[in-house]
Amino acid sequence: MSQRPDAVVIGAGIVGASCAEALARAGRRVLILDSSFAGGGTTAAGMGHLVAMDDSPAQLALTAYSGKLWTELVPDLPGNIEYEPCGTLWVAEDEEQLVAVREKQRTYAEFGIEAETLSPTQLAEAEPHLRPGLSGALRVPGDGVIYPPNAALALVQRAIANGAQLREGTRVDAIGPREVLVGRERISCDCVINACGAEAAQLTTGLPIVPRKGHLVITDRYPGFCHHQLVELGYLTSAHTMNAESVAFNVQPRATGQLLIGSSRELVGWDGTVNRAIVRRMLDRALDFMPGLALTSAIRTWTGFRPATPDKLPLIGAWEDTPGLWIAAGHEGLGITTSLGTGQLIADLIVGATPAIDPAPFAPARVHATAGVS
Amino acid sequence: MTGLRVDFYPEIVAADVAVIGAGPGGIAAAVSAAERGLRVVVMDRGLEPGGQIWRHKAGAAATPEAQPWITRLAASGARTINGTSVVDVRPDADGFEIIAESASRPLHIWAADIILATGARELFIPFDGWTLPGVMGIGGTQALIKSGASFAGKRVVIAGSGPLMLPVAASLADAGANLLLVAEQARRAAVAQFATGLWRTPSLLLQAAKYRVRFLTSSYTTGTWVTAAHGVDRLESITLTDGRRTWRHDVDVLCTGYGLIPNVEIARLIGCEIREGAIAVDNRQRTNVDHVLAVGEATGIGGAPLSLIEGAIAGSTVGSVEAPSGHLLRRRAALVGAAGRMLDVFAPREELRSLPHADTIVCRCEDVSFGAVQGAACARQAKLYTRVGMGPCQGRTCMPALDFLLAWQADSVRPPVEPALVSVLSSEVAGEATPSFPLTSSVGEAYQ
Repeated sequence: MSQRPDAVVIGAGIVGASCAEALARAGRRVLILDSSFAGGGTTAAGMGHLVAMDDSPAQLALTAYSGKLWTELVPDLPGNIEYEPCGTLWVAEDEEQLVAVREKQRTYAEFGIEAETLSPTQLAEAEPHLRPGLSGALRVPGDGVIYPPNAALALVQRAIANGAQLREGTRVDAIGPREVLVGRERISCDCVINACGAEAAQLTTGLPIVPRKGHLVITDRYPGFCHHQLVELGYLTSAHTMNAESVAFNVQPRATGQLLIGSSRELVGWDGTVNRAIVRRMLDRALDFMPGLALTSAIRTWTGFRPATPDKLPLIGAWEDTPGLWIAAGHEGLGITTSLGTGQLIADLIVGATPAIDPAPFAPARVHATAGVS
Repeated sequence: MTGLRVDFYPEIVAADVAVIGAGPGGIAAAVSAAERGLRVVVMDRGLEPGGQIWRHKAGAAATPEAQPWITRLAASGARTINGTSVVDVRPDADGFEIIAESASRPLHIWAADIILATGARELFIPFDGWTLPGVMGIGGTQALIKSGASFAGKRVVIAGSGPLMLPVAASLADAGANLLLVAEQARRAAVAQFATGLWRTPSLLLQAAKYRVRFLTSSYTTGTWVTAAHGVDRLESITLTDGRRTWRHDVDVLCTGYGLIPNVEIARLIGCEIREGAIAVDNRQRTNVDHVLAVGEATGIGGAPLSLIEGAIAGSTVGSVEAPSGHLLRRRAALVGAAGRMLDVFAPREELRSLPHADTIVCRCEDVSFGAVQGAACARQAKLYTRVGMGPCQGRTCMPALDFLLAWQADSVRPPVEPALVSVLSSEVAGEATPSFPLTSSVGEAYQ
């Protein structure tokens, strides 16, 4: 970059890409640095489920806001982001979960999110491959699916169109006050955004972000096998509870006709190898809900690391220990959905505009407030 | 597919030695090990043992070279499991658990030692029109002839590289094809020098002469390759070049391929060292992973005679401290030398790197053009952005081509190493976390 950048975004995953896009759109000169290539890390490992999630009011506010931004942006993005407005079905196994479904519907309604309860018959009609005997489901038609690496790339390209510069294969060694160090190179700027996802704590000591490993299995093409992103209601428990290990039924129809089967959560550090035992458990759970999956052909498995925080909310905002440093990381399994909200929030905070949602619950300062309590 | 869940409980086989692949190398390894009294399981994707090279029509008699080995295999006591693809190999305290899909059912094989005899596949280099019906692999053509396909009266050109072109030309001529031309891309001087050098292995020289006699009326040319295939719905003609001039031939069939590349996916999954594209082994066919041996084309392209010797070395030493016989080691050394010279002679020439244009399809599964991947920094980036190599063939065709064209390194190998039914990938031995050896087989006569 011939001119000094206003902002340096570290990490061209979908969150960093979105921050860069929003800042460039706001007229800032942006430099994006990535140790590998855009969308190649956790972003590439994700399902790409755009979902309104209600684990907490703040989470619902951010996911709903981000969902709205995705709906507005998608028409302007290239076709290779493979957007499918398939909606989500939250599947209830028993009457108790059906009560939770109705509660969920009320919560969504308060946020203006459309949702309807399906009876067992309606559920069977909507998704004939689900096993009989389920109690019903909540259908959230506004949810959708995208192909994350190309979505991240598209956001980076939009940033570039607004003057941003991308340097791939560039590993940042340290972040200083209003500067970053790349080997012997010192890049000074007004602000630095640490958007390194699960690796964010490696550059900013004290960030409470740990890698939470996940597995996915993808099948050959079975167009029409299912029509919605299917998630068991118990998924929220799996995601919310910081257990060492959990699995949940989560199946997604891809635009290609392929089926993406998840999901698993493990706390095993940075071991990225495929854990056969948990893949079996995950597939077993999927077969419980969709017996017909048994005869589909799986062509690939992979793993990824969600950036997990103790309170299940991302860290978005200024990091007061280092002047000029902002954090946009810790999105756990919701980074694809909440990337756009995060980017806009960061840009609004940096340029001094009023954010559309309350940024307080995401302020990294809360980490300091609770320090020593854990 | 709807309805209640049906569980597919895996069949379980316990063995001392599991041989993966039943081509010449795998058969020789299985025979040698089983004749020593070891419990041997040999599995293969094919419906009959023999692999690609000894493939024969189901129910028909095997070729004269293959028949003695197939008879010996049947009498050896080794259990042959056909129609089986390996999905995963998991190391275990006592050996290995091999998860396979056999006749759409899960099959778990527990073995103390593994002999990899996974063979090789053809290298295809994409050019305009290579995906047209009528363009086929050289090895694939051989397989079609063996399975009884008719080439009578068809105008055929074989253009590519390597000694495999000779037997295929002979078979096509025997099958009544109108074989217009056999075009070898390697330079004339190199091929001539190689042919002269064959005096060191007279059996190979004699074999080559025998093949050539069978298609004497067709021309054989060197330093010539195909640059494009033309046609609307199927192949109608091809453009050839010798680097100076180009010309066209009207053809019905083009057989093409640029030699063989070792199948190393299972070896990489297990963690075996790969050197120059082949599984690295010592003089006892041992890989760097304890209790994993490898033989045949997967350890370097060398032909069936070499595979047989390597199989015998592995089968006679697996699970013991015995040294292989000096006789076997000397024969192997001679054949390895010839194989090395052959690879040098038939290595694809530089000009072939410019065969594909921006709009030439490189990945048939996902319909990805060369131009879409050319700018990528690595295979993984190209895969993620364009889905090249992400289809059901798992990149087995396009990735070696892109390795040749763009010097990409292969991405990591993860289970399933072959596409597998979800029921197979999720299958678990009920109530048995870590079975120990020896296990008794729970398989009935189904696989016998």
